[in-house]
Order: sequence, then structure tokens, then C-alpha cells
Amino acid sequence: MIRTEEMLLNVGPQHPSTHGVLRLLVKVDGERIVEAEPVIGYLHRGTEKLAEDLTYTQIIPYTDRMDYLSAMTNNYAIVHATEKMMGLEIPERAEFLRVIVMELNRIASHLVWMGTYLLDIGAMSPFLYAFRDREQILDLFNELCGARLTYNYMRVGGVKWDAPSGWIGKVDHFVTYLQKQMKEYHQLVTGNEIFMQRTKGIGVYDQETAISFALSGANLRVTGLNWDLRKDSPYSIYEKFTFEVPVGEAGDLYQKYLCRMREIDESLKIVAQAVDDFPAEGKIMGKVPRVLRVPEGEVYVGIESPRGELGCHIVSKGKDKPWRLKFRRPSFYNLQILPTLLKDENISNLVAILGGIDIVLGEVDG
Amino acid sequence: MSEEDKKPPVRPKPAAKKVVDEKALPPSPKQPVVDDLVTQLKGKLGERAVLEGYINQPNDHLPTLIISQEKWIDVLSILKNEPDLHFTYLQNASAIDYETHLEVVFHLHDLNRKERVAVKVKLDREQAVLPSASHLFAAANWNEREMYDLMGIHFTGHPELKRILLPDEWVGHPLRKDYVALDKEV
Repeated sequence: MIRTEEMLLNVGPQHPSTHGVLRLLVKVDGERIVEAEPVIGYLHRGTEKLAEDLTYTQIIPYTDRMDYLSAMTNNYAIVHATEKMMGLEIPERAEFLRVIVMELNRIASHLVWMGTYLLDIGAMSPFLYAFRDREQILDLFNELCGARLTYNYMRVGGVKWDAPSGWIGKVDHFVTYLQKQMKEYHQLVTGNEIFMQRTKGIGVYDQETAISFALSGANLRVTGLNWDLRKDSPYSIYEKFTFEVPVGEAGDLYQKYLCRMREIDESLKIVAQAVDDFPAEGKIMGKVPRVLRVPEGEVYVGIESPRGELGCHIVSKGKDKPWRLKFRRPSFYNLQILPTLLKDENISNLVAILGGIDIVLGEVDG
Repeated sequence: MSEEDKKPPVRPKPAAKKVVDEKALPPSPKQPVVDDLVTQLKGKLGERAVLEGYINQPNDHLPTLIISQEKWIDVLSILKNEPDLHFTYLQNASAIDYETHLEVVFHLHDLNRKERVAVKVKLDREQAVLPSASHLFAAANWNEREMYDLMGIHFTGHPELKRILLPDEWVGHPLRKDYVALDKEV
């Protein structure tokens, strides 16, 4: 008889496939994972505590640094919650700009996910393709607001910068370009035999588990539940656009990939419609008092970030600074299911399952 | 002159609005929902289970319940398990330090009916203890650890109540209002 014993394996916090500073304590018996425990907090900056000493406008750049792959949606979360409390009206042109940048950011974020995920499970070239196309989105953002990742673009009441002349045309051009490019991705990845073997039937969970863990985004939709806050509790001007919510059935990694790829298609559709209907002129800032004093009370609003429900809970005592600010960070919620998924899994699937959740550690740690 | 023009709308407006808000708001369309919830919970758990039920109007008419500390788990379990309520999705969990007391808020969601409810419980600052809801909602596990870590609320019956974001040897709970930061500059 061969005698086996359990081994404790430490993964991270410095490890390329953990997508940041996530540490995993993995107990393995041979190749079987007995137990996995995520250790988080390496990137905790105390955003919520810092926000208590900042005015509502000053908080916006801090939110950029949470989910740094999709800073536009983060900007919107805080701005939207503040606007809801103050009951502000936003000019249409500003809302269009917001939707365009948020959807472009969703595409950029999904492209990064797709590239790095395939890199994780052994495919080099999709990464290069994805980053090439994402670069174009970053260039567009750079032209719009002068930053590639931490935009600080939105303001309570509107947006900071109007679209420079010709920018909308460039966005339109990019949409057509990427729609063509999506075919290339599908050719490159979707039918790939090795990719399917690594992802089909792996990391499966059912809808009830997903709801109990309060998963959101593609992690929830992959179980077959049609749940997208853009449709189910519409905010901004999403009601104007026609788009579908991609859902999966099997709840495995392959379907998660398909869901996210189809989400790119749908986002492109939204951007295309927004570009077509873009108001020729108009204000980009609503009527906003110089000092933002939010009336006493509290508000919680969730929006659909690329990773799921990004919520913002503001408690105000009528001052110019929030009394308490809580972010419902989708990565934090989504990561929680990891120990359940990894239990009794083969160790070679660890990276595939972790990558499938699509976490951003800046967001997990707040 | 331009400054004079700008100033008046800044100050009186919120003050004037508030008076209107608190006194003469039209009844919310969601009022029957919260009334129904309160009667249902009181009927099952006694008069003292629900301390207050109201509509948070600025927050899309969100029904809000304030629960007594003893009945916290019972209320959550009814909200989750009753077939006609079915609030199975823990949308958000926050803890707030009001200086006079602490408050824990769970935002629950029924994804089928698209109904939301906020349930709150008030806790004593010195003895912040609350039974854990992690057996009802898997998502509560890390959330309660976060609340313990940052706000110092002890959840009894939690499977693994330890710090989650801060290092284990950290002293104090930063989101408390009386927390003194080591380095004032930060």
C-alpha cells in the first residue's frame, strides 16, 4: 500500500494566476483538493473609512481604484446613489455619454478577462489579441478624459468632459471593428478542443447555490437565471435600448465564457444604438449646487458592473460628507463560493475555476 | 452679483425640501406591502418582533423594517423561507455606527417577484452581539466577518468569526466613529 498524506500548499499572494494579491491556502491529498481557504485583504485601503472624511466629489477618484478594470461603472455607482438621494435631474447628453463609456468599459473588462483567463489555462495568443482591442477602448477614454484606467470622469449631476469633436465617430468606427473582430475570437477560442476539455463540465454549481451566495453578473446568469440590473431595476437610460441578457444553462466554465462573450456583443449593440441616438447638443452637467449637501437619510442602489451587482449604500446626516458609505463589491461576494467549488476538485482545475469567477482584488479588498 | 445669484438656491432649498418631505409626502404605493409584512411578522413572532415598518421613499420606495434584536434570526428565516415572501438573495449587508448605537442592515431581494426589503436591527455599542445568519444565507458568512472586522460586531454561532480584511493582530475596528487612527495623516 502506498501511504499518502495531506499537504498544505500556499498559492499567492504573489502569483500571476491569482490576478492580484489573493492568497489561497490549499490542503491537497495527492492531486485532490481537500480544502481551500482564500486569504484576502492584502489590498485593503479602507476606502469606506476614508470616504467619511471626503466630500461626495472627492470620493469619485477613490472608486476608480476599486475595480480598476471597470472604473467607469464604479464612478457611476457613487454618483448615481448621490443623485438619487438629492433627486437630481441629469441632462440627456450626459446620460448618453455615461452609457457609452460604461458599456465600452464593460467590453474592455470582459476582453481582459477573456485574454487572461485563456492565458491561465495555457493559451498565449488570445491574450495578445484581446489586449490589442482593449487598447483601442483605452485610447478612446484617454481622448475623452485624459486617463487610461482611473478616469475620474463622472460627476454628481453629469460628466466632467464633453466628447471632443469626432469622438462619437471614432466610437462608431470601433463598434463596427470589434463586431468583426468577435468572429475572430470565436474562431480562435470557442471551438478549441483543449479549451473545451478544460472548461466543459468544470466548476459547476446550481441556481440555488448561486442565489444563496448572492452571486451576480455572469456568475449568476450562467446558472440559467435571467437577472441583469440594467433590465430588472433600470437605471440611467438603459430602458431606451434594446438588448438581450445572455444566460447559460449548465453553470460550467465554458458557459461562463460564452455568457461573457455574448455580453460583449450586447454591449456593442447598446453602444451602437447610443451612438446613433446621441443628442447633437446639450448640457453635460445638470443644475447642481456648488456644495453638495445630501439630505438626511439613506439609500442603497445597485448597478450592473461587468462583475455583477455593484451597490452603493450611503447614509447621510445632511452634511457634505457621507456619514457612512458602503460598497457592495461584486468580486467580494463572488469569491466567497470558491472554497465550495474547489472542494474535492482536481488541483489542475484550481486556476481554471478561480479565473472563471473573474475577480479584481482591488474590489475584493475594498 | 453672480455670487449672490448662486448662493440662495444652495442653502434654503434643502431645508425647504426637508419640511415638505417629512410632512406632506403622498402615501407611497408600497405602503400596503410594508403594512402586510409587519402584520404577518407580528402575527407569527409577537407584537415586539417588529419595532417599526416604514417606506424609504427616496430609495425607490423601499420597504424597511426595524427588527428587535431577539427576533433577528426568526424574522430573517421567515422572510427567506415563506413561499410567498421568498427573500432568498442577500443583496447587501451593511453596518453603521450612529454613535448612539450600531445598526446592521440587510437588503434582501426576491429575484422572482423583483421585490426588495431592508431589515435593520439596532445594537448596543458596548455589547454589539447578534446571532449569525450564515446558516440562512451563505453570503452572510464573509459579510459578517467584514462587519466584525471593521465594525466590531460579534456574531454568535458564526462558523469562523475572525478578521477578513485587516491583519489578525490589528487592534480596534476602524469603521467605528471613535476609532483613533495610528497615523493621523493617513
